[in-house]
Amino acid sequence: MKNNSVKTIVAIGIGAALFFVLGRFVAIPSPVPNTNISTQYGLLAFMCALFGPIAGALIGLIGHALIDFSYGWGIWWSWVVASAVFGILMGLVSRRLHLADGEFGKKDIVTFNLFQLAAHAIAWGIVAPVLDIVMYAEPANKVFLQGAVGGLANIVTTAVIGTLLCVAYAKARPKKGSLKEER
Amino acid sequence: MSEEIIRFEHFGFQYNAQSSPTLFDINLTVRRGEKVLIAGPSGCGKSTLAHCINGLIPFSYRGERTGSLTIAGKTADALGLFGISRHVGTVLQDSDGQFIGLTVAEDIAFALENDCVADPELHERVKRTAGLVGIDTHLAHAPEDLSGGQKQRVALAGVMVEDVDLLLFDEPLANLDPATGKAAIELIDDLQRQTGAAVVIIEHRLEDALHRDVDRVVLMGGGRILADMPPDELLSGALLTENGIREPLYITALRYAGVEITPDMAPRSIEAMRLDEDAKRKVRDWFQALPESAPMEEQSAQLEAEGLRFSYAPGEREALKGVSLTLRRGELAAIVGTNGAGKSTFSKVVCGFEIQQAGTLRLDGADLNGLSIKERADHIGYVMQNPNQMISQVMIFDEVALGLRTRNVPEDEIRERVQEALQICGLWPFRNWPVSALSFGQKKRVTIASILVLKPEIIILDEPTAGQDYRHYTEIMEFLLSLNRRGYTIVMITHDMHLMLEYARRALVFSGGRLIADAPCAEVLTDPEVIARASLKETSLYALALRCGISDGRGFVRRFIAYEREVARA
Amino acid sequence: MRNIFNYVDRPSPIHRLTGATKLVCLLLWSFAAMLTYDTRLLAVLPVLSLGMFMLSRIRLKDVSFMLGFTVVFMVLNNVLVFLFAPQHGVSLYGTRHKLFSLGGNYVVTAEQLFYHLNLVLKYLATIPIVLLFVCTTNPSEFAASLNRIGVKYSVACAVALALRYIPDIQREYHDISRAQQARGIEMSRKQSLVKRLRSAGAILIPLILSSMDRIETISNAMSLRGFGKNKKRTWYMGRRFTAADFAAMAFCALLLAASLWLNRVNGGRFWNPFQ
Repeated sequence: MKNNSVKTIVAIGIGAALFFVLGRFVAIPSPVPNTNISTQYGLLAFMCALFGPIAGALIGLIGHALIDFSYGWGIWWSWVVASAVFGILMGLVSRRLHLADGEFGKKDIVTFNLFQLAAHAIAWGIVAPVLDIVMYAEPANKVFLQGAVGGLANIVTTAVIGTLLCVAYAKARPKKGSLKEER
Repeated sequence: MSEEIIRFEHFGFQYNAQSSPTLFDINLTVRRGEKVLIAGPSGCGKSTLAHCINGLIPFSYRGERTGSLTIAGKTADALGLFGISRHVGTVLQDSDGQFIGLTVAEDIAFALENDCVADPELHERVKRTAGLVGIDTHLAHAPEDLSGGQKQRVALAGVMVEDVDLLLFDEPLANLDPATGKAAIELIDDLQRQTGAAVVIIEHRLEDALHRDVDRVVLMGGGRILADMPPDELLSGALLTENGIREPLYITALRYAGVEITPDMAPRSIEAMRLDEDAKRKVRDWFQALPESAPMEEQSAQLEAEGLRFSYAPGEREALKGVSLTLRRGELAAIVGTNGAGKSTFSKVVCGFEIQQAGTLRLDGADLNGLSIKERADHIGYVMQNPNQMISQVMIFDEVALGLRTRNVPEDEIRERVQEALQICGLWPFRNWPVSALSFGQKKRVTIASILVLKPEIIILDEPTAGQDYRHYTEIMEFLLSLNRRGYTIVMITHDMHLMLEYARRALVFSGGRLIADAPCAEVLTDPEVIARASLKETSLYALALRCGISDGRGFVRRFIAYEREVARA
Repeated sequence: MRNIFNYVDRPSPIHRLTGATKLVCLLLWSFAAMLTYDTRLLAVLPVLSLGMFMLSRIRLKDVSFMLGFTVVFMVLNNVLVFLFAPQHGVSLYGTRHKLFSLGGNYVVTAEQLFYHLNLVLKYLATIPIVLLFVCTTNPSEFAASLNRIGVKYSVACAVALALRYIPDIQREYHDISRAQQARGIEMSRKQSLVKRLRSAGAILIPLILSSMDRIETISNAMSLRGFGKNKKRTWYMGRRFTAADFAAMAFCALLLAASLWLNRVNGGRFWNPFQ
């Protein structure tokens, strides 16, 4: 096994831990009383852009499952799977970006956001509600509305936090061949 | 006993991302049973050399190698990373990053699990190795229940479980309190004697690392090996100070007194050192000729804490058990003590990050109770140990301006205040740079500037010099001293006894959630009882004074510091 | 902080089962409960799960916190279902027995109430089992269990790493957010939404960038200790299956079989008492 794949595995573990901590403890009050905006999808989108679809899927799957376990309401499989699907789809953007090399320009911001828009739309607009209907026989209008509200909130958080993270990360990366001294 | 484990010959290395080589013409041999200390300032190439020894170069960090390197007689490429890890066990500096298992036992077992060692051998070997490093009574503990020293022991067991030929330690003293660091050096020495493995220690804190004998010290600078000789020889010359490594304090004192250091005096430690009557007399004369340092002027009280009590969760052990102390205006104080002694907790309560369950805090006589974190920050600034944990903006100017923008200060006033803060911190020329272009030490200054800009009266810094070599350390401390002269009250939380002795006027010693001493530093570091309770280390200056027949050891330490300040300033 | 997953270390027959067994049972059981809407099976499952709960010597006090969340979640979900589809039961069961009207479209039918009964039963069937799993499985054993049931060991290790570093990251988040609050960053309702999100960014950027450094250190530490050397690996916390493990898994497999069989007999997922 090359060190690169060890790094991906560690990224999955740490990514899932971050996803968990953000999901459980970083609550931003939303405009709707008593509801919070989940910041963890901004993080997930960033990790996807950096580490690709497999890591993205597993971070979403493990992180979301751990959150559900810690609340004790079991595994709401349909939404856990939707998080994983978002990870896969969003991870596809990694092939079009060179985030690890510190590149994230205006064009990349657009690409990143187009991908997250599509990935959230599919994950929460289709996958989660359809699974809710198939697995739990829940009423269609309820689950599609839930999916739409959740998806929309996730799109907003990802657009702000995900983009901020990518920009900050790219800026913090040393550019190829530009270093003169160690560290 | 002369089997070669590591052999570098005309070895050089250049990282792919860099425009010039990091290592040049390295020739170094380490044999079985040898103990080698590698010292050098930041950027001298010592970490890169360590990566070459443990195989992270070339397997994790890419670059171009020249010359040859063999490990146990084979090249790195022939062995592969896993082959190298059978010969070389590495204890990394970051003991949390190295602690992979959920419990002590699992972490020690990690290498064996990867080797498919099955039960009962697996449990057997974990238990045996844990016993070897003295952590066998904590096998089921989670990392957050362990002290820094215990985590390091686990890391050591985690590599020793494989019976390696060479143990490589990357800055083993960096995160330990003085007494624990001393114990770590003793443990490394004992294990080496028991197992006969070679030991390579990378460390710039020379005096502490030399607490037990080493065979050779390798001094690095600018990517080259500048010296490879027994410590007695190296300490006799001037190479160390010329290359930004601090020599042991007792050696400095002897030089000030006009004693010439020679290898046959065995200067490697104050205990081993041979001092003849002539040398002792010179030290005594030097001491008597120095003026007694002036007593401190008592300033008016600024921050008063009274009976502070705090625990992180109801029913949990109290982290503060009734702490009362007074900070005086314009003073420079150090807070010291072991991990978990309550020093960080105290600072957090002062800043309002945590709220005490009992006791009061008064600033200039006004109760701080009820003030929010943000409101307290207008008076008391807190600088975290790792600047990367504070920096959130891309550009330096924006980072420093952040606290003002959130306070809705008008933009032209922001410009003015940021400019002033950046100028004080020597960062004005970089105002339009991205933060990422700065060195670690400069980033630290950015975080200090981002606190200064709020114009607090008191600044609390958590380990201001952690991970810095002597030159950067001096730079940061001189900078803090200059702030102090501008009237800021400065409080440093630190494990570094030199730092405290040299720069702080007063030491606040915490132990087990209580303040056990509040006295001038020279007094604290010569008080055996306080030293033992707070896990500190007696300064070697004191031992030197006693050996030279100076009964007022405390006065000797005080005058030395005063003298050195003058010499350093001059 | 470590006990975020609420593991209760107390000897019991359930604790003695291996983690792998409990994981398999959890999956089989939750699928059995999920797949069918046969009220008869759904009524039996909560009784069985409560019985096991007693067997595990977990006290209500140990799980009251999690139970609270779950009950809120269950009530909320039921309310939402009723609000959005008051006639969902009618369309599922094909008949309409009107009980009373709440005005407008909100006519309460026996079918709708029966559907809600089934929903509640599903929760009652699975919640105790999930709590049981969480409270009786040592987190240390979890990764070994995943690997035992066929998950690749690299993925199992990633899960273990997540469990290992959650407390560290949580502490780091806490420290960073306090230090940023001191500089005036806040996420309360006083700010506009975009400002709140930007504030979150100011806290998350340092947290996540320092986590990226952490990834580097950890992967070096793991490589240096031979991670990924072989196709397999052993587990310090792994345990051998005993007869009780096989019995437990067989029992849960039977439940799933029953659920599937009932769906066949009923000619669909719903057992319909109205026809």
